[in-house]
Amino acid sequence: MDYISNTDQERKEMLAAIGVEAVEELFSMIPEEVSFNRPLNIPEGISELELIRNAQKKAAKNKSMTELCSFMGAGAYEHYVPSIIDHLISRSEFYTAYTPYQAELSQGTLEAIYEYQSMICEITGMGIANASMLDGGSAAAEAVLMAARISRKKKILLPDSIHPAYREVIKTYGVNQELDFKEISLTGSKLDLDELAENLDNQTAAVVVQYPNFYGSIEEMEKIQELMKKSKKALLIVIANPISLGLLKPPAEFGADIVVGEGQSLGNGLNYGGPYLGFMAIKDDRRHLRQLPGRIVGGTSDVDGKKGFVLTLQTREQHIRREKATSNICSNEALNALMATIYLATMGREGLKEVAAQSYHKAHYLADKLEKLDGIEIVNDDFFHEFWLKTEKPITEISDKLLEKGYLAGVDLAQFGEEEGLLLAVTEMRHKDEIDNFVKELEVAING
Amino acid sequence: MSTKEGLFYSEDHEWVKKEGKIVVIGISDHAQSELGDVVFAELPEVDEEFDQFDNIGVLESVKAVSDIFTPLSGKIIEINEELLNAPEKINESPFDEGWLIKLEMSDESELDTLMDSEQYKAFIEGE
Amino acid sequence: MDEKLIKDYSSPGRKGYSLPPLDVPEKDLNAGLGNYLREEPLALPEVSEVDVVRHYTALSEMNYGVDSGIYPLGSCTMKYNPKRNEDLARIPELTQLHPYQKDDQLQGSLEILHDLKNYLAEVSGMDAVTLQPASGSHGEFVGLMIIRKYFEDQGDLRKKVIVPDSAHGTNPASAAMAGFDVIEIKSNERGMVDPAALREAMNEEVAALMLTNPSTLGIFEKDILEIADIVHEKGGLLYYDGANMNAVMGYVRPGDMNFDVLHFNLHKTFSTPHGGGGPGSGPVGVKEFLAPYLPYPVLSKSEDKYFWDYAKEKSIGKVHSFYGNYAVMLRAWAYMVTVGGPGLKKTTENAVINANYLKTKLKETFELPYGEDSLHEFVLSGSKQKKEGVSTLNIAKRLLDYDQYAPTIYFPLVVKEALMIEPTETENIETLDRFIETMLNIAREINEDPEMVKNSPHTTVVRRLDESQAAREPDLCW
Repeated sequence: MDYISNTDQERKEMLAAIGVEAVEELFSMIPEEVSFNRPLNIPEGISELELIRNAQKKAAKNKSMTELCSFMGAGAYEHYVPSIIDHLISRSEFYTAYTPYQAELSQGTLEAIYEYQSMICEITGMGIANASMLDGGSAAAEAVLMAARISRKKKILLPDSIHPAYREVIKTYGVNQELDFKEISLTGSKLDLDELAENLDNQTAAVVVQYPNFYGSIEEMEKIQELMKKSKKALLIVIANPISLGLLKPPAEFGADIVVGEGQSLGNGLNYGGPYLGFMAIKDDRRHLRQLPGRIVGGTSDVDGKKGFVLTLQTREQHIRREKATSNICSNEALNALMATIYLATMGREGLKEVAAQSYHKAHYLADKLEKLDGIEIVNDDFFHEFWLKTEKPITEISDKLLEKGYLAGVDLAQFGEEEGLLLAVTEMRHKDEIDNFVKELEVAING
Repeated sequence: MSTKEGLFYSEDHEWVKKEGKIVVIGISDHAQSELGDVVFAELPEVDEEFDQFDNIGVLESVKAVSDIFTPLSGKIIEINEELLNAPEKINESPFDEGWLIKLEMSDESELDTLMDSEQYKAFIEGE
Repeated sequence: MDEKLIKDYSSPGRKGYSLPPLDVPEKDLNAGLGNYLREEPLALPEVSEVDVVRHYTALSEMNYGVDSGIYPLGSCTMKYNPKRNEDLARIPELTQLHPYQKDDQLQGSLEILHDLKNYLAEVSGMDAVTLQPASGSHGEFVGLMIIRKYFEDQGDLRKKVIVPDSAHGTNPASAAMAGFDVIEIKSNERGMVDPAALREAMNEEVAALMLTNPSTLGIFEKDILEIADIVHEKGGLLYYDGANMNAVMGYVRPGDMNFDVLHFNLHKTFSTPHGGGGPGSGPVGVKEFLAPYLPYPVLSKSEDKYFWDYAKEKSIGKVHSFYGNYAVMLRAWAYMVTVGGPGLKKTTENAVINANYLKTKLKETFELPYGEDSLHEFVLSGSKQKKEGVSTLNIAKRLLDYDQYAPTIYFPLVVKEALMIEPTETENIETLDRFIETMLNIAREINEDPEMVKNSPHTTVVRRLDESQAAREPDLCW
């Protein structure tokens, strides 16, 4: 099945109007030496029924959350997604639109992004937010590049308590600008403050901190804020979990200059890692604003004085400033940002707090129960909704056994090549029975 | 296009007003009209030193960016702080309230390389 | 603003959600979080579910998508987004998957991604493909980093990338992000790369030439093999911007034109919806000798098992937290499977017929500055109309009054008052005729009542918005 409306007869009429006899003539400028003279080695097209049958066959080879009870997190979280989100974003005026270049016919997208920017500012405590970045990792990387431009320095302090994948992405981006990365080691489950203090000086462009960090722990933000005074130029970049901000103090209160993070948990499904959205917010500072990457929506008025919205401050962007742009980003994650917007509106003042609180209580409930088992060590206790557990028995053995019982027993840290153990996340999605049974099965797996 | 008598002009459409060893620099009426509504002026810092025709800043309209080149060598002694909050002054009053910087010349003879208002008028007509 | 902001629907105590009651013992938050406990309550909206539904429905009604009508944005390939692909990307067993689940739990999904990679390689004539980049410009960035790393490996530090003046802005921006200096070369009078100018700019310091073929003017670079030779003779590589892939499927492949690296835009050529600005997906294809530099992990197959290969010896690293925009890939796979190999060729043919039909009917009334044969898009100039005091911007805004989206305007930069038009294959002849009639009508209006056109749009929810005010006095949040 193709998606072409015109009939052979209509095509013939159009070709005649163009002044050619056969469609091939329209391609006659392609030199013979390069033209492709065989059929594409891709199977013939199929019908909708065949497509869905084909996809379902493939789907049956997966094991998904439809049959598994998950305690996995590490940057992608299974939270409640209100049903209205998918219904609203499925309105095709939203999802089949392009970037709102013609503002007058795109007020829906533009107003929604303005609301998104406003609510990101609200949860982070910052003054300005952009219209979204590609994902959490790339948002963190762009924040680091931005800090280097503002400070005109090259040294980046990058603690090992940050998500390993984010650190990889940050380095991939940074190496092109010859940034100098200094890793800060882990003490317990947090960054080593003494090491941070030793390395923080006037050559430092940025200190990057994850809040809560990769292991779920809440870093000593007040001490970090105090340490920042050691450098005149360095910016504090905080990678925040947006759900946690329903309960935790916003990064702005610890002097953050740039706040970024993964917005997936705001009403976006797991989708095997994407599409997600990166969020990015800064202080209300005109100098910083000029260095902000990505699109920004602003309010203005039309010729009759009526309020409306446009893409604004575009001279920062690639289509105008080309090689001098603040970033090459063009497409962002607008539809995912719309999902986050509807999520924040729906959950609202009380809902975000309740989701955060339930996640917190349930994660601690699980940790408290596990703590009592033999053969288990819980590394951190001052965590938000994710914690680090070590076992005497190899993690893979435990995970495999629990999988047989229908549990995704957290993320095995060994795959990142730094630490050992299991990272477990609990959200409001897990009920007490599931947690209790999981503890029982884990006990069996450890002792069996 | 109105030009103003008694000023020097560069081919980059800057004007220069001499006040002893100090010069005031701005962009011409022609330049502001080509650029459209200026929405941001990025100016150099006081005490920075530049050679003739160095890039010293940027003027931005909604959809264009234009570099500012100093028509003369010297040290910046003052910038027009007003422009940071009211860049529209560059459009409204390019020769007066919309001035950009004051510079202490390091080589007065460079003034000879610039145009007078008659020459500049001919220059923009020929462009 | 016809619809107030969501916060203005707030009423203290109103709720739009419900959760099951907490079924575990509560911890003391003060004791547990102490100083880190939020003090100020969140000033988020307090609205009901109905409030939310009505508000965002009202916003959607102030929008225009491909489902609303023609969307002739040049370079954006705004084709129809098949609904069955949306259903497929919502099959729970294909989507409710955690990125850290083990490969053996995801064989179905990995098979889909593997097939998609193979199809993309076949369409483009490349040897290896990564799906990790999340957008077209992300793909450019990855492609250029691959080139950079390749030269570093050869001990040959090349610092420059050549970009034609007709290129997308993302090309020079991505080159700069990847640490290159950008050299711009001018197009010749036919809108094409001038081999002489290229030869002059090309030397052993140049890592790559970035090229869109057909160019942003929709014109095919006939001298492509000579261009490739000029670059390769000096040891440089050729980068293909796949934005215009819809023009060539089944007729010519970038790999056969001797390109070394390319990116695709799944949200253009392969029908995935653009979402009002994203998500996109920008896979990158390379020739065999560059495969070791692809971002890790690389999706591989041994015997009948699919797996992510984390070997990263020469890899440029990672550019995405996980594997890229997976659910977008699902849609693109569904599209390629549904349309099939012969269908992709037919797609290209119809895209080219539609564009040429529009061009034929419009080129008398509007200036066609580059008269060479063009493929899936073409660029007109509003310069005749500009002489009447009406700009291309005015023409674009007037189109909105007729409930049709405007073409890309003021791009490419090599055309004054540019109107860049790409209808795509999914429009039928009636829609095209209506667009033609509207454009000709606007041209007549410019003669008869230029002021009316200059003051357009007249019928949209808001009229012409003051962009200078937006930039001078930023109002970026409530």
